[in-house]
Amino acid sequence: MAATVSREVLTAFLLRLADDHLVIGHRLSEWCGHAPMLEEDLAMPNMALDLIGQARALYQYAGEVEGKGRDEDQIAYLRRERDYVNCLLAERENGDFAHTMLRQLYFAAFMQPLWQGMLSSSDAHLAGIAAKAEKEVAYHVRHAGEWVVRLGDGTPESTRRMRAAVDALAPYVDELFESDDVTAAIVKAGIAPDPATLRPSFEAIVGPIFAEAGLEWVEASYGQTGGRQGRHGEALGYLLADLQHMQRTYPGMVW
Amino acid sequence: MTRNQIPLWEVFIRPRNGLAHKHCGSVHAADEVMALQAARDVYTRRGEGTSIWVVPSAAITASDPENKAENFEPALSKVYRHPTFYEIPEEVGHM
Repeated sequence: MAATVSREVLTAFLLRLADDHLVIGHRLSEWCGHAPMLEEDLAMPNMALDLIGQARALYQYAGEVEGKGRDEDQIAYLRRERDYVNCLLAERENGDFAHTMLRQLYFAAFMQPLWQGMLSSSDAHLAGIAAKAEKEVAYHVRHAGEWVVRLGDGTPESTRRMRAAVDALAPYVDELFESDDVTAAIVKAGIAPDPATLRPSFEAIVGPIFAEAGLEWVEASYGQTGGRQGRHGEALGYLLADLQHMQRTYPGMVW
Repeated sequence: MTRNQIPLWEVFIRPRNGLAHKHCGSVHAADEVMALQAARDVYTRRGEGTSIWVVPSAAITASDPENKAENFEPALSKVYRHPTFYEIPEEVGHM
């Protein structure tokens, strides 16, 4: 029998996952109506809807586990910036299309082995969410990966932009694989794999894509961190202003 | 990137097993892999299909609308070519 975790620890873990998905999903949705071509104008919101759907499932469950009567909307829309515990990668600005696709590849290549690990989670509810998300994230890896290959090994301009994206996002990769007391307790209870152990899987996904794209892996001189403790970059505040506007202006509003 | 670097692809979707792939539209994509992804995102978002074909639009040879009269009008008067005098047994299914 595996160890169990407290409500607080499980809630903290679920909120990290949920915030990652809400924030990066919102970022992708910002492309809606602005994508370089119609095909991508549908593809990106499609992925955004997958991610926000996953965030909803996680927020609902987090609200139940927390037991304070908060529903998914209250958790998603009515917290302060410091209460969000998403990784910094998720909140990075879209930049150009190359930045967005690389960010998505990194996030999906991190989430794919994490969801796969959670398929056999000791937490049946989470295993159920993973079963659905695992199929969606496989497509995100493929879609973003194909673009990274084509932009990296495309025209001089696309190559320049893709390389700039690799440089710009390098400081945000290490944070994904951080472990702390929360992840340690989650691992011990058999709920999810240790993020630190996912690095080889991440590299097995990203490595061949970089090789095909002719991109060099860039080690950041230092890694940015702090998202899991609620310490964010400037970018998140503006994102939340957009995201929370309706609920702040019209409290309790429903669709 | 200019438009002519992104060719057009015709998309065919098969809604269910046993039915034929049906033309449903077109997408722009750099190559066949991206064309399949674009077709998936544009045309199967509501569960419309179980299989997708993409074909370079340039590979399709079309009849000339100018030749409509000589191509198609001769068939109009030949009603006996239509199998409307037979009853199709249930078991045959889709024709």
